[in-house]
Amino acid sequence: MSFAQQTTPSAALGKGANASILRPARLRRTLGRTLLYFFMTVLGITFTVPLAWVISTSLKLPGQVFIQPIQWIPAEPRWSNYLEVFKQVPFERFIFNSFYVTVLGTLGSVASSVTVGFALSRLRWPGRNIVFAVLMATLMLPGIVTLLPVFIMFKQIQWVGTFYPLWVPAWFGGAFYIFLIRQYMMTLPIELDEAARIDGASNFRILWQVIVPLCGPAIASVAIFSFLGHYNDFMGPLIYISDNSMYTLPVGLLWIQGRFGNYWHLVMAASMMSITPIIALFFVAQRYFVQGIQFTGLAGR
Amino acid sequence: MTTTTLTRKRSRGMSAIQRRDLRDGLLFSSPFILGVLILWIGPMLYSLFLITQDWNLIRAPRFIGLGNFERLFDDPLVSKSLSVTAYFTFVGVPLQLLTAFGLALMLNQPIRGQGLYRTIYYLPAITPAVASAVVWVQILNPEFGVLNSLLGIFGVAPIKWLFDPKAVIPAFILMSLWFVGPQMIIFLAGLQGVPKELIEAAEIDGANSWQRFWKVTVPMVSPIIFFNLVVGIIGSFQVFTSSFVMTRGGPQDSTRFMALYIYQNAFEYFRMGYAALLSWVIFVIVMIFTVIQFRLANNWVYYGER
Repeated sequence: MSFAQQTTPSAALGKGANASILRPARLRRTLGRTLLYFFMTVLGITFTVPLAWVISTSLKLPGQVFIQPIQWIPAEPRWSNYLEVFKQVPFERFIFNSFYVTVLGTLGSVASSVTVGFALSRLRWPGRNIVFAVLMATLMLPGIVTLLPVFIMFKQIQWVGTFYPLWVPAWFGGAFYIFLIRQYMMTLPIELDEAARIDGASNFRILWQVIVPLCGPAIASVAIFSFLGHYNDFMGPLIYISDNSMYTLPVGLLWIQGRFGNYWHLVMAASMMSITPIIALFFVAQRYFVQGIQFTGLAGR
Repeated sequence: MTTTTLTRKRSRGMSAIQRRDLRDGLLFSSPFILGVLILWIGPMLYSLFLITQDWNLIRAPRFIGLGNFERLFDDPLVSKSLSVTAYFTFVGVPLQLLTAFGLALMLNQPIRGQGLYRTIYYLPAITPAVASAVVWVQILNPEFGVLNSLLGIFGVAPIKWLFDPKAVIPAFILMSLWFVGPQMIIFLAGLQGVPKELIEAAEIDGANSWQRFWKVTVPMVSPIIFFNLVVGIIGSFQVFTSSFVMTRGGPQDSTRFMALYIYQNAFEYFRMGYAALLSWVIFVIVMIFTVIQFRLANNWVYYGER
């Protein structure tokens, strides 16, 4: 918006009219702007170094990894490292397992947070405020206290060693996701429901046909957060999965690192492959991250 | 008995729509209600029972009364673990918030390529923790690491980072600054929500940019600072993956954070009762800090005119 203003000639002329007064201020602004870009770029580079190191190492021969100074772009990139990973470990299994757990978990998060969020925002019923208070309380509870008893519970029902503990809990609704959806639904006009209700629609139909279609951004942000959470979950598979062929990518990576600790090029090629889907997702959906949060009311309204 | 008659009396006074909304309200929120019972309240009560038991998951559990408490007070690793966790949290979280806020302030300027910068700053946070831990082991390597070679340019002698009990927590804190993406986005959302009119009004009243920042922007986003602080401390007290992957608690227990020590007691030493007690210790500590923060919040968090 504002740089469009700066580049329009007429705007520049308009400002030029009293340039004599404005000059020191403009100079300071240009200087500030340059500094800002400089600083942001330096930081940007700092933030990219780890990823750059992953990519660069994943394309090297084992002997080249620790050569000083670091060769950021290997002379002959070894793309075959990526294929080598699949030969050494059942990496395609890890990918499949990760997506299996992530998709089922994300579906659960979305389905449950939409239904519960609806009950906590669009329906008026005694007890609603109590449930909402409990919801806010669980947002603040440190989850580590339930780690062990929940593990023992899953052990009793023979779920240890299966994928169930990794995705079934999502179907009960995460507090943060419900909160996010609920805050978004609160912003929709109540007349929508009333009109549909006069037409004789059930609450289920109101939710499904009136409210859900309007909640796109909120649902998208829950889906993204939940996807990231399940895809990157480390402690879950670490505790519940012991069979190699059932590893998800995070524990699979750790296993690869343990087995091929000296083959950094393989570890990094595997890391790169597990990061790529996440980067792609983030590029496509990043505006929802900000939008989704803006509607939670965390932003002070 | 009395409760059933009461509810019946009340529900008789309700209209058909109210009754339907109560039924649907309970029905629609049943996943969460069940979830709280099955995944929170039940486990927490069960965990209280576990505290009194000696159990390795194989033998039958045995009641030992306060035996686990005795172990707790005799265990030198508990105070070590608590102090390194507190060090990491109380030095780390403020620095993380400052970093996140600084980045958000820059991203809030009208600049070209905002989406690109936003993505770059956010990327480390979405990288699987194991992958980033593996990378950071390399970055922090005393001989070959990027960090030491960078510091070398400024004449700093090589630091042993992960192998030096004194440098390892600073290394972890430094590393944690790379993962502030989520806090940054939350700050950014807040900054974008500050009404432009307020800032313009302050400008008209003659406030300079420094004053506008401290008197308008900061108070307006203080609820978000508060949220990030509370959530940050809760998360930081439970830090696990980085120490599990990178140091396994070493050197000399300097990174044996509480969550790691709980994990090890439960799944490596199979002391279920003791691990349950340790979880309750960290739970109580976190809750105390959360309550304190909510008390203090009245002094500095601005929730609009009420």
